[in-house]
Amino acid sequence: MKQGIFTVQSNKGLTDNVFEIKLTGDASGITGCGQFVNILIEGFYLRRPISVCDLNGDTLTLVYKAVGRGTEKLSAMLPGEKLDLLTGLGNGYDLSPSGGAPLLIGGGVGVPPMYLLAKELISQGKTVLVILGFNTKSEVFYEEEFRSLGADVRVTTVDGSYGAKGFVTNIMNEKAYSYFYCCGPEPMLRAVYRESKTSGQFSFERRMGCGFGACMGCSCKTIAGSKRICREGPVLCKEEILWED
Amino acid sequence: MGRLSVELCGTELENPVIPASGTYGFGYEFAEYYDINILGTFSFKGTTREPRFGNPSPRIAETPSGMLNAVGLQNPGVEKVISEELPRLKKVFHKPVMANVSGFSLEEYTEVCQRLDKEEQVGWLEVNISCPNVHGGGMSFGTEPRSAAEVTRAVKQVTTKPVIMKLSPNVSDIGEIAAACEEAGADGISLINTLLSMRIDLRTGKPLLKNVTGGLSGPAVFPVALRMVYQAAKAVKIPVIGLGGVDSAETVLEMMMAGATAVQVGAANLVDPFVCKKIIEDLPVTMDKYGIKNIKDIIGGAQV
Repeated sequence: MKQGIFTVQSNKGLTDNVFEIKLTGDASGITGCGQFVNILIEGFYLRRPISVCDLNGDTLTLVYKAVGRGTEKLSAMLPGEKLDLLTGLGNGYDLSPSGGAPLLIGGGVGVPPMYLLAKELISQGKTVLVILGFNTKSEVFYEEEFRSLGADVRVTTVDGSYGAKGFVTNIMNEKAYSYFYCCGPEPMLRAVYRESKTSGQFSFERRMGCGFGACMGCSCKTIAGSKRICREGPVLCKEEILWED
Repeated sequence: MGRLSVELCGTELENPVIPASGTYGFGYEFAEYYDINILGTFSFKGTTREPRFGNPSPRIAETPSGMLNAVGLQNPGVEKVISEELPRLKKVFHKPVMANVSGFSLEEYTEVCQRLDKEEQVGWLEVNISCPNVHGGGMSFGTEPRSAAEVTRAVKQVTTKPVIMKLSPNVSDIGEIAAACEEAGADGISLINTLLSMRIDLRTGKPLLKNVTGGLSGPAVFPVALRMVYQAAKAVKIPVIGLGGVDSAETVLEMMMAGATAVQVGAANLVDPFVCKKIIEDLPVTMDKYGIKNIKDIIGGAQV
C-alpha cells in the first residue's frame, strides 16, 4: 500500500451515472489487477474504495458509479484537481490458473476490474472470452474497449434492449472456457457460482472502514475462516466461498 | 526524558500518543507503513476468551465528520492472541503494549486478564466495559457504578499489571463511574468509547447497519469526549487516557489540558494510516506555538 496525491487528467460520463476518471501520480503501489484504491473526497470522512480499471505507467483509470453524495462529488472533479489515494489495496486476481481460454464476467460496475485483467491475460497469449451484463442499453459501457484489446465480447441486458436478453448466466456456458473470473452485484455472483462449470475467482464488494485491514469492518466468513474483503480479498476463490444466509 | 514524555501508571511513555483498540489491529499492518516504535504504545484489538467473528455486514457507516461501527469485537480469542499475534508483534514492536480485554461475564474478564497477565510484552490491561455493539456484556458493565467496580475488583485480583478501565460515554454521570473504578482499585481509566448511534438508508428505509445500532467515532465526537475526560479527570486522582475524535497535535493538547495523561487516536487511523506518525512529528512544533515546554506540564491545566 502507498499513500499519494494524484492529479485528475480527465473525468467523463460513460452513461448517466457511470464515470471514467484518469489520474496521474505514483501508482507503483499497485501490484496486480483486481486491486483497488481508496479515495479521500473532500467533505467526507471515510474514503471511497474503487477498483482499478486500467494502469499505464503513472496513469490510473478508474470507472465508478455515482451512487451517493461522495461519488457524486467525485464525478464533478475537474482536470488539474488533486486527490489523496491509498493505492495497491487488496489481493487482486491470481492469473496463474486461468488456462488457455478464460471467461471474464462483469456486471454493471463490476465490469471495470475485468478490463485490466483482460489486458493482462491477452498479453499472456490467452484467448479471452468476455461477457458484460447490464440492465438496459443505456447502461452499457466499455464494450468497444474490450473488443479493442482483442477479446471475444458478448453483452447481455436484462430487458433485451441490447445484446442477448437476460442474465450473464443465460449465455455463460454457450462456449467452453478453461476458468472464470467474475465481478458484479452479489446476486449475479451467486448465479455464476451455481452455473459455472469450472473453478474460478470472484471479486466482492463490502462497506469498508479503512480498506487496508485495520478495522475489521468488511470481514466475511469463508471455508478457510474469516477473511477481510479489503486485505485477503476482494478476490476469493470459488472453493473457499461461504454464502451468508 | 524528552519534552513529549509522560508517565502512565509507573511506566514512562516516550510520547502520549496511543492508537486506540480496534483501529490498529495487532500493530503489524501499520508496521508495514512506518516504524511503530515511535508510538508511546498502542492498545491492541479487543480480546475475548473465545474467538469471535463479530456482527453481520454491513457493520460500517459514514456520518458527518465521523463513522459508525458495529464490528462486534471480532478477534481470534485469547489463546491465539498469545500464541500467534503477540509473537508476531514482538518482531516489530519492542515496547510494552496495552492489552485490551473484553468479556460477557466477570469470569471471562478475569480469565482473559489472568492469561494476559503472564505475557511479558503486556504493559497494561485496558478492560473494555463499554462496547456498545455486543449483547449481554460489554457496555452493560460500564453503565452502572456498581458493576463497573465489580469488574475492576475482579480483574485486580488476578493481575499485578496496571489495570485501566475503558469507560462508556453512554451514561448520565461519568464522574460517578470513574470514581467507582478508582475506589475499586483501578490504576487508570480511559474514555470515551463510542457513542451509541444509528443511521437509516433512505433507499431501503431500514437501518444502514445490520446490527441496527453502532458506535459513533471520529471528529464529530471530540467535544463530547473532551467534556467527559474533563469531568472524569476532576472526579479521580488516577491517570486518565483521553480519546474520542483525536486526529491532530492540537486535539492531543486539548485532551491533555482537559486532564488526560495520555491520548488515544482511533478512527483517524482508518482514514489516514500515517496519522499517529504525523501527530508525533507535529507535537513539538505545535507545543512551541503555544509556549509549552514539556507536555506533562499541561495535564489538567484547563481544570477550573
